[in-house]
Amino acid sequence: MTSDSRSETNDKDTGRLADNIVYFARALRRAGLPVGPGAVIDAVEALSAAGVGTRDDVYWILHAVLVKRREHAAVFDQAFRIFFRRRGYLDQLMSLMMPQAPGGPPEPPRPAAARVNDALFEGVKDRLKREERETEIVAKLTASDAELLQKKDFAQMSAAEIEAARAAIRRMVLPLDTVRTRRLVPDRRGRRIDMRRTLRASLASGGDLIDLKTLGPGERMPPLVALLDVSGSMGEYTRLFLHFLHAVTDARKRVHSFLFGTRLTNVSRALRTKDPDAALAACSAAVPDWSGGTRIATSLAAFNKQWARRVLGQGAVVLLITDGLERDTDARLAFEMDRLHRSCRRLVWLNPLLRFDGFEPKARGVRAMLPHVDEFRPIHNLDSMAALVRALSEHGDTRRPGDARRRVLAA
Amino acid sequence: MTKLPTSIDATQDLLAKADYLADRSLATVLFLALRMGRPIFLEGEAGVGKTEIAKVLSATLGRKLIRLQCYEGLDVGSAVYEWNYAAQMIAIRLAEAEGTVDRARLTHDIFSEEFLIKRPLLQALEPDTGGAPVLLIDELDRTDEAFEAFLLEVLADFQVTVPEMGTVKAAQPPIVVITSNRTREIHDALKRRCLYHWVDYPSAERETAIVRTKVPGIAARLSEEIVRFVQALRREDLFKAPGVAETLDWAGALTELDAVALDPATVSDTLGVLLKYQDDIARLQGSRASELIARLRADMTAAE
Repeated sequence: MTSDSRSETNDKDTGRLADNIVYFARALRRAGLPVGPGAVIDAVEALSAAGVGTRDDVYWILHAVLVKRREHAAVFDQAFRIFFRRRGYLDQLMSLMMPQAPGGPPEPPRPAAARVNDALFEGVKDRLKREERETEIVAKLTASDAELLQKKDFAQMSAAEIEAARAAIRRMVLPLDTVRTRRLVPDRRGRRIDMRRTLRASLASGGDLIDLKTLGPGERMPPLVALLDVSGSMGEYTRLFLHFLHAVTDARKRVHSFLFGTRLTNVSRALRTKDPDAALAACSAAVPDWSGGTRIATSLAAFNKQWARRVLGQGAVVLLITDGLERDTDARLAFEMDRLHRSCRRLVWLNPLLRFDGFEPKARGVRAMLPHVDEFRPIHNLDSMAALVRALSEHGDTRRPGDARRRVLAA
Repeated sequence: MTKLPTSIDATQDLLAKADYLADRSLATVLFLALRMGRPIFLEGEAGVGKTEIAKVLSATLGRKLIRLQCYEGLDVGSAVYEWNYAAQMIAIRLAEAEGTVDRARLTHDIFSEEFLIKRPLLQALEPDTGGAPVLLIDELDRTDEAFEAFLLEVLADFQVTVPEMGTVKAAQPPIVVITSNRTREIHDALKRRCLYHWVDYPSAERETAIVRTKVPGIAARLSEEIVRFVQALRREDLFKAPGVAETLDWAGALTELDAVALDPATVSDTLGVLLKYQDDIARLQGSRASELIARLRADMTAAE
């Protein structure tokens, strides 16, 4: 195969090399990597620049050109293995055509292998009977995990109800809070003189008249990070909140959404799908622990460790949507809440249980979390959602010193 | 000026000459970037030697290093170019005093190169006798998205457009190194123009080699223990795992303290060099550190 042939760049070889790269790139694209035609040209150029040496070199050369994100490295790795495996490539094609053909010893599945396999052999698979494929997938699901992997069926709520709620959410004026940036923009009442515009303006009069133009700090929306509890106790609300998050994601830049039950799932990308139904379906497909138990501390710890530094920069506001009913509370919950609170600009806890008049934070989880939030508010119907939107739009320095507990108890 | 390396091995040797021990994948990316004239985009945890690569390239290739440290609010005025307004004002006044104010002429005169203050990006496009410079755009994730847009033109065509003057194009494209700590995602449009590489923590073997090169005179046994300890720490559940920079600092600190081997007391006194979060330090202090040391001793004896 190409990977083992020494570099003799006569036309024939380059032609076959290019063909191989194009095919490989197509496979990567189908596996979800953004590989454009430009990247393919780069890859061919890179291979001829470096000279095709060992298989390892080819790997890293293609990696350098085709992989643009760390998370794509695993997919690339798998695709490369499958694509450039000697003979194995052919064998696999054969075995797909003839399901009963004896294969080699089964390898343990690697991450991303399924995705790449699908991408590489999509054309062939289509020829197989559709039912067969479906039974295969179902079988895979049952065998997958010991954990309770319950998928929530979105169709349970009445259609009219959803439509009404969704329309109402769409009508809401979405959060327009802004933070000052250090970037300067033209501003009549600004303090700094904008020499560039001043000079340009004064040229018009040949320098007789100097009309001072000024600059002030610019403003922009801070990133919004939502952490939504999808455990069983939140059941009836999660879907509406997801609609809310979808509307917010649609309206502003830099919204990151995470769902958690027993573990944390990032659904920001799924929510960016324009169609709300498709977006919600994608979310529910991505979450393995829908309507399961809650492990708030574990989920927050995962967020703090893996995501906080990546998404909480530049003055992010965090919306934590949970009822706070955590069974095994210990010092960890307070610790993780504290860390989350300290790494964002403003932490807002939205709790649907607050709808009950005279709700008192008796649950230990709630009491552990309360001291660490900037704001604690109900969210159980469209009114409270609208109130939240108003609150988010409030100007001001927005970092309110700490203790939301007092406000709740006083209310 | 040194010639650009002609193979991946040559690239690796070149970096090694400046005491930078790169693995094969990094050397491949660098070689390709130099060969194809493309910017390199390096992402990775803090302290794995991203910025160092630009410095080493500039030192070994004998090129000038131009550094653009990014920060929030960085704008064209401080990254690309600025006009020398004071001088322009004086020029306008002088023209007035002479009484020959011809507007078109004046505009042309005061927006000429004479009044231009060049900032890093524009400097990097200038011809240099020592060869095209190395342009380091450090911690790109610290700026806002608006700034990335300025970079697109520079990175794609190695040119900058100054509206008043026209387009400045580099005769020889600079060697561009961009680093990011990934505190936010950089837009794909920018990444597409670069060769991407995730700089990972080095393997134990390579890290030991790095420690021995960078901290000369360190005892062989101590360096191995240090690396084993740090590698074990990276597997612990810590908020911020120590980078190579921390390993080197720690090795330096222990040499200063005349340590010949790790012992729990010294480790716990010097943990602040390795770990920068109080919770992480608290987790390690006391018995956990001794356990790690005991285990690495056992591993080392087994390996002998």
